[in-house]
This record gives sequence, C-alpha cells and structure tokens, in this order.
Amino acid sequence: MRLLDLLFPERRNSAVIARDRLKIVLAHERASRDAPDFLPALQKDLLDVVGRYVEIRGDMLRVNVGKSGDTSLLEINVEIDGAKTKPVKNGATAAAAKAAPVTRLDRGTPAPWVKPS
Amino acid sequence: MAKVIVLTSGKGGVGKTTSAAAIASGLALRGNRTVVIDFDVGLRNLDLIMGCERRVVFDFINVINGDAKLNQALIKDKRNDNLYIFPTSQTRDKDALKRDGVERVLNELKESFDYIVCDSPAGIEHGAITALYFADSAIITTNPEVSSVRDSDRIIGILASKSRRAEHNMEPVDVHLLLTRYSLERVKKGEMLSVEDVKEILSIPLLGVIPESESVLRASNTGIPVVFDEESPAGRAYVDAVARFLGEQREMRFVQPERRSFFRALLGRA
Repeated sequence: MRLLDLLFPERRNSAVIARDRLKIVLAHERASRDAPDFLPALQKDLLDVVGRYVEIRGDMLRVNVGKSGDTSLLEINVEIDGAKTKPVKNGATAAAAKAAPVTRLDRGTPAPWVKPS
Repeated sequence: MAKVIVLTSGKGGVGKTTSAAAIASGLALRGNRTVVIDFDVGLRNLDLIMGCERRVVFDFINVINGDAKLNQALIKDKRNDNLYIFPTSQTRDKDALKRDGVERVLNELKESFDYIVCDSPAGIEHGAITALYFADSAIITTNPEVSSVRDSDRIIGILASKSRRAEHNMEPVDVHLLLTRYSLERVKKGEMLSVEDVKEILSIPLLGVIPESESVLRASNTGIPVVFDEESPAGRAYVDAVARFLGEQREMRFVQPERRSFFRALLGRA
C-alpha cells in the first residue's frame, strides 16, 4: 500500500483534490455573485435576435461581465459553428427598426452595471 | 473609538462561539474594555462557553425591546474586570433582532467599551446578517475543509456588499482569516487543506491558526475560555491572534513541525 502511495501520490493526496475543487467552484460562484442582474434577460433577448438568423441553442450563447484593467467588459460569446443558417426575412429588419431607440453612453459615463465608487 | 468585531463563518460548528469567547477574553486580558454579544437568538450558547449561564437574568432582546436596561443585562466576567458578556434570548422569534434596536444598543455600548465582539449565528439568514451588518472588522472562522471554505467565501462576499460599510460606501469592513481545528499532522499527510491553500483560495489576511486541541473541549466543558489555559496550544494561538489583531507582528505557531521550534529553543530563540 505504501509503495503504491509513493508511486501514485495524487491517489493519496486528497487535500490537493479539495483545493482544486474549491478553486473551480469558487471561480464560478464569484463570477455569478458580481454579475449584474440584467444578464439573464440580456442573454434571452440576444438569443431571440441571433435565433432569427441561425438556429441556436441556449448553451451556445454566453454573456459575461469581466474586467480588463480599468475597463469593464461585456463579453458575448456566440458559438455558431455548424449551426444551420435561416433565410433572412424582411420582417426581422422591420421589427428591429420599430424597436426602442438605442441609448448610447458618452465616453467617460460609467456603464450601468458598474458600481459607483 | 469603539470597534465592532464580528465572528462569522457561514457554516456552523466551525468554532465561532469558542473563538468569540477566546478573542474577547484575550482582548480583555490585554487591558481593553470588551463586551461579547451573542447574536444567536433562540440558540443561546455563549453564556455556557463563558461559564455564566446561571447568572443570566435579562438578555439582548429584553434590552432591544426596552424591557431592561443595558447594565441589568450585561454580565461581568468573574475572571477579568474588563470583560462583559451580553447573552441573547432563548425566544424562538428570530425577527426580535431588529436592526434599529441593535444599532441603538451598539451605540450605547460604544460609549463604555473599546471592543464589541459579536458572535454570529451560522447561516446567512436574518440573525447572521444583523450580526455582521454593523461590523468594522470581521474575523472569518474557517476550518480547513471544503464546505467551510466555500461558506467563508460566501460570507466575505456578503460583508463586501450587504454590510453597513458597504451600503454607505464607507471604507470596507476589514476581514481576517482565523483557521481553526488545524491539524499539522494531517496536513503533512496530504489529508487536509494547508494554511497556504486556504489563504490562497480566500485571499484575505491570516489572523491566526488554531491547532486542533483537546483543551478546547475541556474549556467548553468547564466554561473557561481557552485563552485562560496557559498550557493549551489553542489558547496560546488565540493569544497570538489577539496580539496580531492589535497590530503586533507574531510568527505563526503550530503551522510548522514542532521539531523546528525545538531547534530554535536550542539556539536560544523563541
């Protein structure tokens, strides 16, 4: 048994397993804890829009908020590799035109999900 | 200016009450006027750990509701004149802990104490949130075990977002890690998370490491906080933690094999 432990130290060292499991689960939990409340709704809307053009499942579109230096980044990843494209309908663009006007932020204005310091 | 310190953890059974009793006693032993408050409404236990369970007449809820005066409810410790115990109620009504009432009582305590140590209940419900809400400092009591570390991380997040300091955009609560029930033997065998592991994962400053010790059960059996036991390794570790809290630099004990300290003793170093 001892020899086996020496040959396969990772089999024995449950503390390393504990540490690695904690690192992974806490990375996920911290990301979702700091995420703004509108992310799920935004993800749903984006799915609707992208879904007009390509066939896409919920898990193929991921929305995250991250930080890069002083800048908060809204990161949207859409996986469309192998997804079937849909014929573009005129209705799609017409609906977009009728939608509420887009609010643009001036440079220097903090994004709505940035906590005031 | 009086300082409010919360002992919190998220998870139950990690040693919050033992640590609150030890740290409050340690602060008092250093000459600070200290009161330790039990926030665990309905599951009162600090009185037992402090050995004053038969002297409880009025409690925290009585004072909040105006049914008793503060000096009627505070119990003076028999071992140290600087130390007072503020027991909680055994009522089942958890909502009796009203935030404005707690604030009023804390403000009154601040007039006559240097340190107000709050012993939080487990969980992240009303009682635990009320206990941490007014804190200036937090001592995160953690065992080197996955569920305790995860819950500690959650509590650190709550302190950063839901405490009074966070809500009022004040300087954040200063958080400290207190690692309890540490077994160097098991860490060396790779069976237990090490101090370094937990420090790295939680990334908060380390206040102390309390070794797993028989003296802790003996302390709770007899109702004498473990810092009063000068022979106890856990007691000495708490004394060190208190010194660090007060700004002293002290080397961590009980995290290295004992042999090393034996050699140091031979060399004439502490």
